[in-house]
Amino acid sequence: MTGSIEQIERRRALALLAPATLWTLLFFALPFGVMAAISLRRSGTAGWSLGNYTEFLGNPEYIGAFLNSLEITVTVTVLSVLLAYPLAWIIAEEIPPRCRRLALALAVLPFWTSYVVRSYAWSLVMAKQGVLNEAITSLGLPALALGNSRAAVVIGFTHFFTMLLVLTIYASLVQLPPNLRRAAADLGAGPVAIFRHVIWPLALPGVAVGAFLTFALCIGDYVTPQILGGGNDLALPQLVMLQIGRSADLPMASALSIILMVAVTVAYLLLARSMRAVK
Amino acid sequence: MKRFAACAGYMLLIYGFIFLPVIVLVLFSFQDGRFPVPPLKGLTLKWHAEVLADEDLRAALLHSLVVAVGSSLVALFFGFLAARALAHSTMRGAAAIRGALTAPLSVSYLVIGLGLLASFNIAGIGLSLWTVAIGHVVINLPLCFAICYAALGAGEIQAERAARDLGAPEWRVMALVTAPMIFPALLAAFLLSITFSWDEFLIAFLLSRFEVTLPVEIWSLLRSGLNPKTNAVGSLVFLVSALAFLAVELATKRRI
Repeated sequence: MTGSIEQIERRRALALLAPATLWTLLFFALPFGVMAAISLRRSGTAGWSLGNYTEFLGNPEYIGAFLNSLEITVTVTVLSVLLAYPLAWIIAEEIPPRCRRLALALAVLPFWTSYVVRSYAWSLVMAKQGVLNEAITSLGLPALALGNSRAAVVIGFTHFFTMLLVLTIYASLVQLPPNLRRAAADLGAGPVAIFRHVIWPLALPGVAVGAFLTFALCIGDYVTPQILGGGNDLALPQLVMLQIGRSADLPMASALSIILMVAVTVAYLLLARSMRAVK
Repeated sequence: MKRFAACAGYMLLIYGFIFLPVIVLVLFSFQDGRFPVPPLKGLTLKWHAEVLADEDLRAALLHSLVVAVGSSLVALFFGFLAARALAHSTMRGAAAIRGALTAPLSVSYLVIGLGLLASFNIAGIGLSLWTVAIGHVVINLPLCFAICYAALGAGEIQAERAARDLGAPEWRVMALVTAPMIFPALLAAFLLSITFSWDEFLIAFLLSRFEVTLPVEIWSLLRSGLNPKTNAVGSLVFLVSALAFLAVELATKRRI
């Protein structure tokens, strides 16, 4: 080991970086490249082509699944923000501070059921003879057919992401300095005006990040639509898994996954742009 | 008063929504009958006993534990080393490497799993718990790196310099100075990684074959439809996770 202190430090840094960087290259970047390359093959034929992508655009089944996913994801994102915001607000502003920690912990407690089991639990609730229908029919109302439906998928997702968004929205609400609100009140603003002109715009970036997280996780999820939605009216990740499993068509599965990633990236860019417009 | 009632009413409604599936899951795991739907015919522990006696589930539980602890240790170790190299580094390209190391956080598990599956196929590597663990290190490494990186401040760097000046070799600096100074962050990163790996389904599903982890085993149990035994597995997993969460809460509360 010779050389200047800078050289020694640099060599040390490179040695420390090596394991993590190599791991990421070998098991993340390389597989991603492999997947991108495979998506340009066509199952059963030789050579490279954009065949899988044109197939996606031309096949109503694929486009339908993509639109299903998009529709479910947008509905879930909007519903979850609408449900979570008031609760985050109540926890941050309305209840005594010593109860906050408990209220937050309770709001995310069902996170600790296993991911797969959570969807199963909802399928129990919404089964034909489940608790929900039991309650509805005992009130003299007609039973709902929620099992294996789009509505069931949306409810299951909304449950999960409401919990997630309570956390992120709460975090962006509590970091606002209370003086801003007092200043606005001193200047004569009522509660609604304070919320509209002070709290909402300042907390918006945090809400937007939570909403994007919801979008990205929701559109890529396979488990919830598979358990709650059943076999028809597929979401895009279900179609990907079908290609891997039943048809053993890795090229098509890869192409569909890349399309999924593009959708998330576009959502991110749109969000970043609208955030800049707000500023 | 009206405002209080509105808040209380809303909280009741949302907490009801949040807790509904968990309550139904746990309640009907005690169902004395073949279907976990109303009416509740009586309470029994036979489904829980059946779960605890199930060989496949016990094996899956063990696999999950091994994969979670093993992959979290590797992710934490690599992440810690990388964070140390990049903290307060003036090296050219440091920002780019930081971005590359955290990139997997923004990619869906489906893409990560599928990419690895295709690569293992081409390389002729058979699927096993090892391949699952490799996948779990990929998703947990960025997390551990980011947590350690955020914890390394100027104070840690100065203490390291002092130790080096006093003649400590590099590994002792790390083990006796850096690691103890950011121990809470290391513990948090480790526990978070374990939770993620423990509960991860899709990568484990794509990258395993004969030996499977608990979520994958539960998944195959779901194929038998609504069944109190599935309720019992779910309730037990929930109990263990909730207790672990409570322990972490209490441990951190005492420190504050």
